[in-house]
Amino acid sequence: MKNPFGGDKREGAGVENYFSNRLLVAAMDAGNSRNGGADWDARMIGEIVAGLAAKPGALMPVLHAVNERVGFIPPEAVPAIARALNLSRAEVHGVISFYRDFRVERPGRKIIRVCRAESCQAMGAVALAAHIQARLGIDFGQTSGNGDFTLEPVYCLGNCACSPAIVVVGDLHGRVTPKRFDEILSAIAPDARRPR
Amino acid sequence: MTVAVYVPRDSSAVSLGADAVAGAIRAEAASRNLGVTIVRNGSRGMFSHEPMVEVAAGAGRIAYGPVAAGDVASLFDSNFLAGREHRLRLGLAGEIPWLKSQTRLTFARAGVTDPASLDDFIAHGGYLGLKRAIELGADQVVAQLTKSGLRGRGGAGFPTGMKWKTALDAPAAPKYVVCNADEGDSGTFSDRMVMEGDPFVLLEGMTIAALAVGATQGYIYLRSEYPHARRALSEAIATAYSTGYLGANILGSGKSFELEIRLGAGAYVCGEETAMLESIEGRRGMVRFKPPFPALEGLFGKPTVINNVVSFATVPIIIERGAEFFRSLGAGSSRGTMPFQLAGNAKSPGLIETPMGVRLREIVHGYGGGTASGAKVRAVQVGGPLGAYFTESMLDVALDFESVAARGGILGHGGIVVFDETVDMARMARYAMEFCAVESCGKCTPCRIGSIRGAEVIDDIINRRRPRENLEVLRDLCDTMKFGSLCPLGGLTPLPVLSALKYFPGDFGLTPRDVDFIGADLTISASGAASTHAIAGR
Repeated sequence: MKNPFGGDKREGAGVENYFSNRLLVAAMDAGNSRNGGADWDARMIGEIVAGLAAKPGALMPVLHAVNERVGFIPPEAVPAIARALNLSRAEVHGVISFYRDFRVERPGRKIIRVCRAESCQAMGAVALAAHIQARLGIDFGQTSGNGDFTLEPVYCLGNCACSPAIVVVGDLHGRVTPKRFDEILSAIAPDARRPR
Repeated sequence: MTVAVYVPRDSSAVSLGADAVAGAIRAEAASRNLGVTIVRNGSRGMFSHEPMVEVAAGAGRIAYGPVAAGDVASLFDSNFLAGREHRLRLGLAGEIPWLKSQTRLTFARAGVTDPASLDDFIAHGGYLGLKRAIELGADQVVAQLTKSGLRGRGGAGFPTGMKWKTALDAPAAPKYVVCNADEGDSGTFSDRMVMEGDPFVLLEGMTIAALAVGATQGYIYLRSEYPHARRALSEAIATAYSTGYLGANILGSGKSFELEIRLGAGAYVCGEETAMLESIEGRRGMVRFKPPFPALEGLFGKPTVINNVVSFATVPIIIERGAEFFRSLGAGSSRGTMPFQLAGNAKSPGLIETPMGVRLREIVHGYGGGTASGAKVRAVQVGGPLGAYFTESMLDVALDFESVAARGGILGHGGIVVFDETVDMARMARYAMEFCAVESCGKCTPCRIGSIRGAEVIDDIINRRRPRENLEVLRDLCDTMKFGSLCPLGGLTPLPVLSALKYFPGDFGLTPRDVDFIGADLTISASGAASTHAIAGR
């Protein structure tokens, strides 16, 4: 197959050697197998890294770019990122695992983030979170079986004067009640399960 | 004739429907053939009335709020474009007592100007501080800042001028200026409001810092939870580059300053300055040992000025108006104003910039109007998740660094979260430990393990499993975390725990006598040497 890291053998030779075909095929299968976020291939990862590698401390911008573009950081992409930035795979893995934002699995098509911090707790966030969990049928950190929703905790959205706050598919909402959540949910997912 | 209508683009206002309101005004104006220019200003911070729409009508800007998209047609029916009466009419925006009684220095432009407009910024006094700084020269700028008494607004309260002087005198090159915009404390949003509502003032403050200490590269370490701020800052940075306020030879000074945003990734501990530096350098956000201090060996091992957003945003007005002006406000060694942020269960929450030393009661009851629920105020947490809880009877404490510290608390970044009678303080204490466990960088044991053990022990106390013995374990654990942790995350987590224990022992099933080992200043008396049996197990 064609080398996805550079159409030309001379340019991509080092990476090609490092990245076995077997791994590559597995990686591309993983990337293409499900909906949500962009499909990815090694060439895309290579382009993202190449565009940012010259920055001092490039790893965080690279990981953010991959995470944003693909929706997560495919573990199969880690060796290529490490090699391009002259880091060990362990270093890259260590950074990915440290930060809550960096996902290692493809998330659901709609990500819902619920603030669990003090200000929101003072305005009913614990009950709201319980309602959302029941409504979606998933716990924090989980993705619903059909791949529709991922529920993530967040510790402060800076919307503390309008607590409790949640983010639904990138949009910030304030003063959210269980009823308001149901309205927001039916606007983005009209056929989601009715409340029990 | 077109009328200017202001609809905030502040993310809190947007979270309450400001975009829909702007859309409805645009559509309604078009259908009625009326000329309207919609300006997306920042927020003035009076969130009980957001989305707050303002109309430039005659003498000044008439405010209406809180406006929902469904109210827009009736606003047009009432001829709000001419500032006429309507049930949502609040009068002249600048005359609303909640706003007028404040002393807005850092936030003078917030909610007033169009944050995307450099012209608007300059028309309202923007970049006067930078021009003055270029006239004064590096030594004079640092001297003015030192004289002003400004202490860091991020939480630690370190004198800003002293920090800049250290970096100025450091011989190494290059030097860096880093803005800590990782505003992670629950109950705080002043950094966000600066970045979304008046981003150029942050750029101005950082540029003054760069010129003052001889730095050539700057970074804004922005938390990823703030996408609106990222957008506003990116726009402002691009504009500043294209107009000569960033880049080479700034305003003909011969000095250059490059500025870039770096995103955090959801780690609270990266608000600690050395963890932040690690993160910018592309590593796990693990806290560094200090010394060396960042002013001498910071980013990439070079001299680095690190300040919080509000600190940088306050520098321009100090340099423009002089140290004496700023110094004349405040209390004790806490000079100038502080943007307090009132949140949680408050009836009228929002941003309240007043001179340091204002009473907590004035914020919670004066501005806040008590709780949103209408129930009694039971607890108030001051200074974020690492701050102490106060009771209703303690609200006369003055909000300045020393007075809050005298009660065992911290002023932190100025966040104030109100809880009503329904709060279970044992659960809040447990949450403090849990939060520390979730967010610990893991470098030091008291924080990494102590927090997990702390949550377990509090569970045991709540569930009446040998509560007396476990209380003793908790006491030792708090002592160990306070004195043994590498940074304030582990070091200050005992504050919310001990204050909850001391003032609300009943919530834990304890009596006041059980917790009399906790002093009025939240120090632990007669605890002996910090023991390790807390860690060792039950």
